[in-house]
Amino acid sequence: MSNENTHKHAHAHDHHDDKPTGFLNRWLFTTNHKDIGTLYLILALVMFFVGGAMAMIIRAELFMPGLQLVEPDFFNQMTTMHALIMVFGAVMPAWVGFANWMIPMMIGAPDMALPRLNNWSFWILPFAFTMLASTLFMDSGGPAAGWTLYPPLSLQGGQSFAFVVFSIHMMGISSIMGAINVIATILNMRAPGMGLLRMPLFVWTWLITAFLLIAVMPVLAGAVTMLLTDHFFATSFFNAAGGGDPVMFQHIFWFFGHPEVYILILPAFGVVSEIIPTFARKPLFGYSAMVYATASIAFLSFIVWAHHMFTVGMPLTGELFFMYATMLIAIPTGVKVFNWVSTMWKGSMTFETPMLFAIGFVVLFTIGGLSGLMLAIASVDLQYHDTYFVVAHFHYVLVPGSVFALMAGTYYWLPKWTGHMYSEKWGKIHFWLSAISVNILFFPQHYLGLAGMPRRIPDYSTQFADFNMISSIGGFIFGASQLIFLGVIIHCVYKSRVKAPGRVWEGAKGLEWTLSSPPPYHSFNTPPVIDSTTVAHAEGTH
Amino acid sequence: MSHHASDSYYVPHGTRWPIIGSLGLITMMSSAAFWVNNSEVAPWTFLAGVLILIVMLFGWFGEVIRESESGLYNAQVDQSFRMGMMWFIFSEVMFFAVFFGALFYARMFAVPWLGGEGTGALTNDLLWQGYSATWPTAGPAELGGEFQTIPAFGVPFINTLILLSSGLTVTLAHHALKMDNRPRLIFWLLATVFLGFFFVYLQISEYKEAYQHLGLTLGSGIYGSTFFMLTGFHGMHVTLGAIMLTVIAVRSMRGHFKPENHFGFEAVAWYWHFVDVVWLGLFIFVYVY
Amino acid sequence: MKKQNTFIVAAAVTAAVIAAFWLLLAAPSYTGNAINMTQGVTTQSAINYQLHMTVLWVCVVIGVIVFSAMFSSIVLHRKSRDHEAAQFSHSTGAEIIWTIIPILILVVIAIPATKALVNMEVAPETEMTVKITGFQWRWKYQYVEDDIQFISSLDAVSNAARRLASGTNPRSVDNYLLEVDHPLVLPANTKIKFLITADDVIHSWWVPALGWKRDAIPGFINEAWTEILEPGTYRGQCAELCGKDHGFMPIVLKVLPKAEYRQWVQQQKTHMVTQQADIERLWSREELMKLGENVYASQCAACHQSDGMGLAPAFPALAGSSVANGPVSEHIDIVLNGRDGTAMHALGNMLSAADIAATLTYTRNAFGNTSGDVVQPRTIYRIKNG
Repeated sequence: MSNENTHKHAHAHDHHDDKPTGFLNRWLFTTNHKDIGTLYLILALVMFFVGGAMAMIIRAELFMPGLQLVEPDFFNQMTTMHALIMVFGAVMPAWVGFANWMIPMMIGAPDMALPRLNNWSFWILPFAFTMLASTLFMDSGGPAAGWTLYPPLSLQGGQSFAFVVFSIHMMGISSIMGAINVIATILNMRAPGMGLLRMPLFVWTWLITAFLLIAVMPVLAGAVTMLLTDHFFATSFFNAAGGGDPVMFQHIFWFFGHPEVYILILPAFGVVSEIIPTFARKPLFGYSAMVYATASIAFLSFIVWAHHMFTVGMPLTGELFFMYATMLIAIPTGVKVFNWVSTMWKGSMTFETPMLFAIGFVVLFTIGGLSGLMLAIASVDLQYHDTYFVVAHFHYVLVPGSVFALMAGTYYWLPKWTGHMYSEKWGKIHFWLSAISVNILFFPQHYLGLAGMPRRIPDYSTQFADFNMISSIGGFIFGASQLIFLGVIIHCVYKSRVKAPGRVWEGAKGLEWTLSSPPPYHSFNTPPVIDSTTVAHAEGTH
Repeated sequence: MSHHASDSYYVPHGTRWPIIGSLGLITMMSSAAFWVNNSEVAPWTFLAGVLILIVMLFGWFGEVIRESESGLYNAQVDQSFRMGMMWFIFSEVMFFAVFFGALFYARMFAVPWLGGEGTGALTNDLLWQGYSATWPTAGPAELGGEFQTIPAFGVPFINTLILLSSGLTVTLAHHALKMDNRPRLIFWLLATVFLGFFFVYLQISEYKEAYQHLGLTLGSGIYGSTFFMLTGFHGMHVTLGAIMLTVIAVRSMRGHFKPENHFGFEAVAWYWHFVDVVWLGLFIFVYVY
Repeated sequence: MKKQNTFIVAAAVTAAVIAAFWLLLAAPSYTGNAINMTQGVTTQSAINYQLHMTVLWVCVVIGVIVFSAMFSSIVLHRKSRDHEAAQFSHSTGAEIIWTIIPILILVVIAIPATKALVNMEVAPETEMTVKITGFQWRWKYQYVEDDIQFISSLDAVSNAARRLASGTNPRSVDNYLLEVDHPLVLPANTKIKFLITADDVIHSWWVPALGWKRDAIPGFINEAWTEILEPGTYRGQCAELCGKDHGFMPIVLKVLPKAEYRQWVQQQKTHMVTQQADIERLWSREELMKLGENVYASQCAACHQSDGMGLAPAFPALAGSSVANGPVSEHIDIVLNGRDGTAMHALGNMLSAADIAATLTYTRNAFGNTSGDVVQPRTIYRIKNG
């Protein structure tokens, strides 16, 4: 078989632009960065709706006080699975999909550095998520201890627990291989002249994200392995009777978990830094400051983990250290926000859908960032911790943060990917509905938390009733609005008749816009010529 | 074949191996999950998954090796492979770091607190009265019963010497390869393989000793947990490394590798050195201290 | 077309701004719901409230400055107004300023934040100690000096109303989900130390009016302290996910003036003496069945269900079970010590001897079980106390 393949391959080499024929060849055996990127994006979209459906169940149960729809245990399964699916199934694969599509085009490469590994990185995921989702149908039900899987509670999970652990292992393997590929591509496949400080910010943020992934996914794997052995093989890592400590899991988990949240947001910074200059028709303000700020955020993410656990009873010195380190993150993050605003300042702005989502991102992510600063204050966190204030905070940075950036990026590059324009009208409707409803959904949750509503409860006292109802209504509108997103994508791919030019947006700079829309199957067969007119941001051109 | 000039990129054709690998992986992983839940068929399906993975690895690497030997790759591909291996090893380092972290946390914080030091005075007083922090320990409830530890300067020390010398032999093999001295290359590689498997053999006999005579098991509290998880994962990596070395030795016999271009050899050698370094950490922090 | 777009944008922005303002300002007064952190009744809660408001206002000011700059740019520097794009991409001065100023702001915040934390964590000499143990899903309180202890669980009315489709409107229940059978009674103006731990999984003991929460971790004791300045009733909840009934293990503090508190302590002590006598006497079957039914409803029915049919597979049925119909000693052992690796935890330290004896009697003679055994409180007391 392999010999045959070698021949085929030699043959294929002379016809670079020929897409492989047949469904299996095109999608199952593919080594093409665009096709793999598409697969990632489709998986992410499917998972976004699966996780979203779970969120709808959660918000429906919380619509009124009293239990109307589901048993508390199922409710806990929903909150747990919603988080696992959104984090590992929707946002992370979506960013890998963007990386696959855009990085080779942005740095002037024909494909990813390790195309076969790329295929495997993707094709592990559908199996992993099938296994994870299958736990919902097992006798013991799905995982119900929260996505953080804190022992001893998570150890009470029945037979399904092992399936959860092994599916997390598979996701980890996939993420690590994907990250290795991104690093090798960026460091090794840049076209001549594409110096490190000439790379688009999306490439930079992904390079740093990939380092984070390789550093922390093995940590998560180790943590869940210890849970597995504590559950099934009588080890005592998290059992005080045997000399262990349940809190040790939290330390290990959040050593993974805090960089993980930056894995979800750093590429978002990158996308927004591409979009704002395009529609402001003005170079990105403070390019190198943006790069250094991203790197500082990534570095700090390794030394702030215990701010997730101010209530566990750490020694005072530890609490102080983690409080100060966490507050420091505000500085590079502030630099980024100021730079985005300065990029808009004195530009010549237009407000197509990608720009609207990018502006929505800057505003709403900043709100999430500011509540993050409040949460950093350890003493007050003893009030905020594990309340809806925290839920509001991290949803602000993840939904109108990461997810809005993903949508901005989708609208920005969809014409490039498909060769057709999407419907600007429906894109704008999608934006306004999402932007308004997401605030109705999450803003009242700040109040709920401050007024004393703990998170992860299926039912609540009547004093929390009104804001929960408002929040649920916002949730339903937000959920329904995403069907418009789906519609716009399907229309653009299959129905749109408006051809997109190579340079889709008037103000767009960067190598990807020098290619046709859709781009050739292998982006750059010969290295492109790089000069200051073709790169998105050139250090030293101002 | 005009695209192999160094100014052009190499993009491989489509491949079936990854999807086969995924099928093997999901078979293995889901079987493992059934296995820990006491399914009787699961060990066999687990084995089937492992076999699929082995077939996949041989097929995939076989293809890569054939392409490499037929001169399809350029320096850029070689560089990508190097980076891939380097960062893979880094991820492995982080994986071991977790278990070392657990060991340090237990010894520096959890066990002393349970024994009443630092903030743990009341913990000890009210919950674990009479327990004093020592290492090794099976915890205040002495889970798993009394046990003895394996003395550092017995077999573990011999194992240290074995792994250190295997690091030397693999370097000698590398030198021989660079000198294009094939018999010497094969000799030193086989010596490395022998040392590797001998290490595994000694480790297994130590485990037997621990379980049968010392009362030291995976269930022996935090000491047993950290001891077996650290040495166990290390042992698995040594086994894997030794198998990889065997493959390299066979390839050397078949005339693969060139003095100036032998990434496959180097990758395995890096991996072997990594396994070596992890052992040094283990020897110091698990056995000696 | 362009005009129309501008109109849509303007309309949408106005709608969004109105919605935001309504949410921010009008909604709370309209709904009557609390929207801010409580000032509480301790110095710690007051300090935390102050700090919370300070940082909140700092954030609001930063937000207003950044967003004003951005929105004025959006209004002024748009192509539809024929604004020419400037081409600057750098300003060392500006970048230095907006790095230095945030650093200064952080330093200014860090000073009170550090003081607050130190005040929170460094306990003064305390006058009394309460040990708090979290169970799935109730709290046990032990007054260390006075040797009083009891279990506090969700009260029966809330407990019935919170069942799936119970048919009871939560609004008709007083303090729905925030009421317990035995509140924690504490004296006002007294420095109290809490020793917090858990028996099964991690819980978190939180009464917002005290100004903090602290995790209850199995196998470890966490310390916290308080001095409550005003008598009154204060309510809180478990704040760390602890399984299916995490939302149903509230905390109620009843804070009394010192003198009244002493009286309460005396009452409890007398009560304990009579309780001891109660344990020693011979109980009738009817008495035990009646008490057993109540205890079962509050302590067991969550898992084993009120009809004794359990919830497969995690929670086995008691009706017709081999344990409830088998040898009584084994049944006692499971109830007292729990069963490893299952959700059945030890109840020996949680319930009184009478409660346990009554529950055993009840479960062995209800749901169609016909063992006919009567378990006496004193039997359980002897087993528990050697």
